[in-house]
Amino acid sequence: MFKDLFQKKKYAVVPSERTKRDIPEGLMNRCPKCGQIQLSKELEKNLKVCSGCGHHYRLNAWERIAMTLDEGRLFEIDENLISEDPLNFPGYASKLEQQKANSGLKDAIITGEGEIGGFPVVIGVMSFDFFSGSMGSVVGEKVTRAIERATEKKLPLIFFSTSGGARMQESILSLMQMAKTSAALAKFQGQGGLFISVFTDPTLGGVSASFASLGDYNFAEPGAIVGFAGRIVIEQTIRQKLPDNFQTAEFNLKHGQLDKVVPRKEMKAILTKLLDMHAWKGEPADVK
Amino acid sequence: MSSELPFERPLAELRKKIDELKQFGAEKQIDFTDEISRLEERYKQLESEVYEGLSAAQIMHMARHHQRPTSLDYIPLIFTDFIELHGDRVFADDLAIVGGLAKLNGVPVTIVGHQRGKDTKDNIQRFFGSPHPEGFRKALRFMQQANKFGRPIITFIDTKGAYPGDTAEERNQSEAIARNLSEMAIFGVPILCVVIGEGGSGGALALGVGNRVLMLENAIYSAISPNGAASILWKDASKADQAAEAMKITAKDLLELGVIEEIIPEPQGGAHRDKATQAESIKEALWRNLQELSKLTPDELREDRYRKFRKVGRFGTAELE
Repeated sequence: MFKDLFQKKKYAVVPSERTKRDIPEGLMNRCPKCGQIQLSKELEKNLKVCSGCGHHYRLNAWERIAMTLDEGRLFEIDENLISEDPLNFPGYASKLEQQKANSGLKDAIITGEGEIGGFPVVIGVMSFDFFSGSMGSVVGEKVTRAIERATEKKLPLIFFSTSGGARMQESILSLMQMAKTSAALAKFQGQGGLFISVFTDPTLGGVSASFASLGDYNFAEPGAIVGFAGRIVIEQTIRQKLPDNFQTAEFNLKHGQLDKVVPRKEMKAILTKLLDMHAWKGEPADVK
Repeated sequence: MSSELPFERPLAELRKKIDELKQFGAEKQIDFTDEISRLEERYKQLESEVYEGLSAAQIMHMARHHQRPTSLDYIPLIFTDFIELHGDRVFADDLAIVGGLAKLNGVPVTIVGHQRGKDTKDNIQRFFGSPHPEGFRKALRFMQQANKFGRPIITFIDTKGAYPGDTAEERNQSEAIARNLSEMAIFGVPILCVVIGEGGSGGALALGVGNRVLMLENAIYSAISPNGAASILWKDASKADQAAEAMKITAKDLLELGVIEEIIPEPQGGAHRDKATQAESIKEALWRNLQELSKLTPDELREDRYRKFRKVGRFGTAELE
C-alpha cells in the first residue's frame, strides 16, 4: 500500500533496484514527479521543493513548524493527549504503538502558540506520517482546544491540514469530531476571530469536510490533493477515469474553492501580510 | 422481492406452515384449532428469540431493508399541512434532500430529510439518498429560514453518505458539509434529529448537529459504512458484517457513547412492518423533546448544543518526560 511509503522517516524513497544502487540512501533524493536527482541537503535548503519541477514534498508537522514559525519556536500545548482504543477495535491498540514508533509523534497533529512575522498566533499542524493524518478523538480535541484558546486569547488561528479522513477505528466518535471542531470555529468566527486554513497534500474526508474548509481564507500548496471523497471511490461510482489534475489545488482554485495557491517559499510572507492587515487598528493613513 | 431478511427465514417458514395448516383444515373441514394455537404459541416464542438481541450486522440489514420507511413516508403521518419547498437557489434542486414547512401538533416547524428512492427510477433521480453539495445547501437554506423565523428544525437522517462523484467535488462537497456543521451549531432554535435508517458519515452529520439526536432502534450511524471499513481494513468489502460488529454502529452503542440522547423503539420485526405505529412513536418522542427545548432561550439552545458535541471523544493523557 502507498501508505507504507509515508510511514518512513527518511524521505529517500527509491523506487527501483537500479536507482537504489545509484543513489546512496539519505544523501540524495529522486523527485517522485519528475525524477530529478538532488542532494538531500539542497532539497532541505529549498524547503523540500524540487528544484526541477517545483513538486512540493510532504512535510511532517515538525518540519512545517520549523519553516513557518519565527525561529521555528513553538510553545506546544496539549502534547500529552494520546489516543485510546475506546471501541476495542481489532488491531487499533497495536497499530497506534506502531504509528508512534514510526513517526515519533503522539498523534496526527501538533498544536500550540508561536509567532509569524512577529505576530502571535495559535497554530495547529497536522502530520500525514501518523496514521495518515486521520482524525480521531485526540485530533478533534486538540483542534477544538486550539480554537478555544484562540477565542479566549483573541489570537489569529492557523491550521495546516493533511489527512486521509476519519480515524475509522474510532468510528462514530471520530465522525463527531467534525461537528465538535466546526462548532468551536463557529463560536470563534462569530466573535470576529481570524482563521487561515492551509490545505497541504493530501487533505480528504472528515478533515476537509469540517474545520479545514471553514477558513476565512483558504489556501493550498501547489499540487496538493484536496477533496471529500477519494479518487478511487469516485471512479468506481461514476465508472470513468478522472483527469490527472482532478482535486489538485490548481483544479480546486479554478472551481472557486480556494482563495489562493501559495508556493511553500511564499507561504510565510503571505501569512505575515495577512496577519498584519488584520492586526491594523489605526486611522486611515495620510495620503499625499 | 421477498421482504424477509436471512435471519427471519425460520419465522417466515413457520408462518407458511401455519397458513398451510389453516387452509388444509378449511378445505378438508378438519378442526386443527389446538394444533394451530400451539403453533402460534411457538411462533411468538420464535419471534422474540429472533428479534431479541439482534447482532449489529442484523440491525444493519434491517436499517437497509428495501421496504424501510423513508422521510416522505413519515412526514404525512407525523405532521400536518406539509408544504414541500425546493432548491438551493444557486444551482439545482437535489432530490436526495426533501424539506419544507409543516405543523407538529399545530406548531409550525421546518423539516429537512434525506430521501432514498422507492424504486430504481426514483433512486436514480434521488441519487440513492446521497446528496450533492446543492443538497446540503438546500438543507442549509431551509434551516437558515427556520432560524430567521424562529421555527424549530426537525431533520430525518437516512443516507449512505454524501455522493462521491466528480461534479460533487467540483462544487465543493467538503465545504457544503462543513458549512452545515458550523451553521447548525449556532442556530438559536431547537434542532431535533432522528436517524431513521442509515446514518452514513459526513453526509449524515450534515443534518445531524442537533440539541437532541434520536435514533430508531434498528437504525445505524457511523463514520464510514461497514462495507467501506471492511474494504480498507481487510481489503474485502464482503466482510461488512464483521466490520459492523466491530464499529459500534447501533443505537444502543451510540447511546452508551453519549452520541445520541434517546432510542425510539420499533415495532417487532422493524419499522417497515408497521409504518403508522412507528410514525406515532417518532411523533411522541419529537413532541416531548420539543416541549423541553422550547423552554430554552436562543442562547441557551446554542450553549446546550455546543456542550453536547464538545464532550464527545475519548482519549487519555500520557506522562510527559
